[in-house]
Amino acid sequence: MDTTALVICEHCDSVYRRMPLHHGQTACCTQCGAVLYSNRSLDLDAMLALAVAAMIVLLIANAYPLMQVELGGITRETTLWNIILITFDSKVGLIAVVSALSIFFFPLLQIALYLYVLLPLRLGHVPPAFAGAMHALRQMQPWSMVEVFVLGVLVSVVKLAGVATVSAETGLWGFGVLTLLITALGGFDLRELWDRAAELGE
Amino acid sequence: MNVPRACDLGLIGCDACGKVLQARQHAEHCPRCDAPLRRRKPDSLVRSWALLLSAAILYVPANLLPIMHTVQLLNVEHSTILSGVVLLWKNGSWDLAIIVFVASIVVPLVKIVCLALLLLTAQSGSTWAPRERTQLYRVLEFIGHWSMLDVFVVALLMTLVHFGKFAQVEAGAGVVAFCAVVVLTMLASMSFDPRLIWDQQTDRDAARP
Repeated sequence: MDTTALVICEHCDSVYRRMPLHHGQTACCTQCGAVLYSNRSLDLDAMLALAVAAMIVLLIANAYPLMQVELGGITRETTLWNIILITFDSKVGLIAVVSALSIFFFPLLQIALYLYVLLPLRLGHVPPAFAGAMHALRQMQPWSMVEVFVLGVLVSVVKLAGVATVSAETGLWGFGVLTLLITALGGFDLRELWDRAAELGE
Repeated sequence: MNVPRACDLGLIGCDACGKVLQARQHAEHCPRCDAPLRRRKPDSLVRSWALLLSAAILYVPANLLPIMHTVQLLNVEHSTILSGVVLLWKNGSWDLAIIVFVASIVVPLVKIVCLALLLLTAQSGSTWAPRERTQLYRVLEFIGHWSMLDVFVVALLMTLVHFGKFAQVEAGAGVVAFCAVVVLTMLASMSFDPRLIWDQQTDRDAARP
């Protein structure tokens, strides 16, 4: 039996035969309502552009201070790494480790892996250790939390507003843009990259 | 409409890359991506219960212990998650107060209660509203990491308000417990296999004369 035209619903195990979709259509499971696949044709150029932009923005967001706090004549600027290092030196080092992973290392690795996978595919060949990179990408996705961090910055700005003078700096805008770029990248279905790689491998 | 299920057709789908295979031919690993092939997530119910119970236990200290100590001119103030929300509300930022309340108190509690419901119904072989229960699972997966909000807020305030005796914010033990609750509930919902909701469904259908 040829199984290439089949698709199995991740959430309820129902089996369907793939059908060609019109632009903007999405195939959903009739049993549980999960999205099976969409016709959002895999646009390697767009994904690659997003990944390159995300990498540049990530570097900017980390290099520049997030915000500036002024209290009683003392001014303090904070970058993401200040936050991680100061938190690490406090009694709650665990928080620093979790923050460093979810706001810095996972997003960085995620974007680097996207670049590593997308660039060779765009040029028409499958990179070495493709499977390993794809597994890492899939597993990292839920643990990358840039968007939550951005909301956290907004909450702390408001909490401080009565006490000190707070102003947003370049780094915060960087993280805002990074949130949009990573969300857009995450919207692409990794399974379609597997299909593309399989086509190239043949 | 009756849609065939992979386990009845002798098919198995790779969790990682979505490839559909015949169960007999490829015993252990996916030929395309080398991920282990499994019909269901291993020990789904046991793992999920263990993680969920640990999260439920830690939810108590996470809410009772202070997450922050604010030192301001010899005056020390201990704040828990709830008192932080109240303070935001009193200062007039009711919109952020609602966001923090939802992300830090409602979401973890809803996650724990709903996941327990999913586990209990899957375990007892309930045939009640399988479609809605699967949708509930998808909602839980989506909202999971937003509870990390308060952890980041504490880390930020600690760093920003660092003016010695004049004004200083220190983290309390509550924030570690809270962080553990968020990570544990995320792991618990990842270990749960929504296909278990549907397995009972077809067993019942088959048993019916």
